[in-house]
Amino acid sequence: MNMLTDAAVEETLQPLYKPAASKMTGKDVTVHYGEKQALFGVNLEVPEKQVMALIGPSGCGKSTFLRCLNRMNDTIDICRVGGSILLDGEDIYDPRIDVVELRARVGMVFQKPNPFPKSIYENVAYGPRIHGLAWKKSEFDEVVETSLQKAGLFNEVKDRLHEPGTGLSGGQQQRLCIARAIAVSPEVILMDEPCSALDPIATAKVEELIDELRQNYTIVIVTHSMQQAARVSQRTAMFHLGNLVEEGPTEKMFTNPDDKRTQDYITGRFG
Amino acid sequence: MTDLTASSALAGAQGRSLFERGERTRRRHAAEKRFRMIGLAAVVFGILALFGLLGSILTNGVSSFRQTYVALDIHLDPAKLDKAGTRDPEALRKLTTFTYQPLIKAAVDRLISEKGISIEGLGGKDAEGIISKEAPAELRRFVLADPSKIGETVRFELLADGRIDGYYKGRVTMETAKLDRNVTPEQLMLADALKAEGALTTRFNWSFFTAPDASDTRPEAAGLGVAILGSAYMMLIVLCLSLPIGVAASIYLEEFAPRNRLTDIIEVNIANLAAVPSIVFGILGLAVFINYAGLPQSAPIVGGLVLTLMTLPTIIIATRAALKAVPPSIREAALGVGASKMQSIFHHVLPLAAPGILTGTIIGLAQALGETAPLLLIGMVAFVREFPAAPPGGFFDPASALPVQVYNWTQRGDPAFIERASGAIIVLLVFLIIMNLGAIFLRRRFERRW
Repeated sequence: MNMLTDAAVEETLQPLYKPAASKMTGKDVTVHYGEKQALFGVNLEVPEKQVMALIGPSGCGKSTFLRCLNRMNDTIDICRVGGSILLDGEDIYDPRIDVVELRARVGMVFQKPNPFPKSIYENVAYGPRIHGLAWKKSEFDEVVETSLQKAGLFNEVKDRLHEPGTGLSGGQQQRLCIARAIAVSPEVILMDEPCSALDPIATAKVEELIDELRQNYTIVIVTHSMQQAARVSQRTAMFHLGNLVEEGPTEKMFTNPDDKRTQDYITGRFG
Repeated sequence: MTDLTASSALAGAQGRSLFERGERTRRRHAAEKRFRMIGLAAVVFGILALFGLLGSILTNGVSSFRQTYVALDIHLDPAKLDKAGTRDPEALRKLTTFTYQPLIKAAVDRLISEKGISIEGLGGKDAEGIISKEAPAELRRFVLADPSKIGETVRFELLADGRIDGYYKGRVTMETAKLDRNVTPEQLMLADALKAEGALTTRFNWSFFTAPDASDTRPEAAGLGVAILGSAYMMLIVLCLSLPIGVAASIYLEEFAPRNRLTDIIEVNIANLAAVPSIVFGILGLAVFINYAGLPQSAPIVGGLVLTLMTLPTIIIATRAALKAVPPSIREAALGVGASKMQSIFHHVLPLAAPGILTGTIIGLAQALGETAPLLLIGMVAFVREFPAAPPGGFFDPASALPVQVYNWTQRGDPAFIERASGAIIVLLVFLIIMNLGAIFLRRRFERRW
């Protein structure tokens, strides 16, 4: 409720201003996969140092939008992106932008835990190494330790840092992937259904972690779980058939949505 | 619905005991059994054919790893070899093997009289005839290498003649010797007598692996040395060229190339190239590398280049399959932390694909090692007695190759060469088995789960 009033106040002062400063902004984003259009002009602002959840039924374009935010869609040959996406006011689809730099600032955690088949240490140290963020062994040690600590994994793996990351449990692997993303000190972390392959206990740990990470990072999370969206996010955006249906504070979205489709989806009556 | 099920044949199983078998079930079981028997028969036939093949090669060829030698004390007579007494290497080089033959004759005669062997009907030249015609050349090489030995009496283990050797391997008998112009029964008796005295022995034949080929009249001296070296040189060239080129081409096609009609055509052509008859590559090699580029004939460099062309498709296909097998999640993970495309490939994809790539490479090399037809066209059938020099210069010297040596020996008249050819096949097979075992080992050792 507090947020709502804030928003109301802000809006009277400056119509385009949102309660928190916007970290990333999608303007009229369209995506085509070959002939098929997957996103139809999405306008969405991602607020800084908050968690934004993207929800919607399968195939609604939420993952597509998420992957546009760090240009992971570039790897798909037939994918074309229109409109513009700004990171701190700079268009990330500008031809002068290097995706490597972009992805260092906008990290990503995937649906299925995908640690490299290397040691835990190497998994975390890889990002800093290729970006030249650390040079000496001690610097690497430090960045590995702090990243693992931030991901809440350090105490569980500190005695076996040099064992393969693929030997960890699913939940640990996913937290390792989060640690790997954190290690390059990104500003935004994108998470594509990070808990869908995890059991409830591991899910709870990851959710707790997401809540902590919000202090330092802007997080965009795609999820199929309404409860998860409600638990971890401050703002929620609802997608349907490639359109952004509605976006607003999570509390409002789950209690009093403006759109009937949102209402139907979150109450499970969709489809 | 009810009367439909009641009248339908499909309802036949209803209400019947499970221990009873319906007509359809029985037929299905019969068909399954029949199919299993056919499959088993096919496997048994395959195994029998393999064993028949291996058995015939082994029975023919194992004997080539043993060779009969005669121990002779030869007096290197200065009166014959160096009348002037100067030990001048130039003068010694002028002496042909004919000069050395009497030394061998003297030594054999002395050995016979020392041991008190007397064999009726042994002709004047028969005694020395049990020694290989290669022996004088061996003596000559020995003297040229160290002229100071002239005047001494040196013990030599000289090759016995091919027929004598064949006698101890069951190829020659007293009956066949009677009809044979190259050997007499008396010579065989002499050999038996020498064997009883311990002067004639049959032992492991190292020179089969180290000696060069020999002419038709001295099969006992023929070895695989030049062929093994030539094959090794070619494999080295094939490996050094086809692995980097093949891997680079595969990475480009698999990871970077856009999917369009051109890459589709390239893809189809690579697959077809793997099926092009090898002799076509030989013609290509002859036209391009020898006639156009002017590279020497019979040289490992040309053979290596031709075999590289043949091996490339195999390596490209295997490498692309290995790259495809690396899960996309690994690529995404690397790209997600900001690795460039090249970093994601070289740091993550390639190491994971390496076992597959190496397996493909080894299988490609094994194919190349056994390839004969293209080598015939580029002149590697030549009779080569000189070892090629050390690489890289040796790549341009004439050499032979293992499969070509097999082909070559099967063309010769003397039955002793059949044994040699089978022995060479065994050597070739051993190399191939080692390479394939290496491929299996690599696959097992570095296979990773993710």
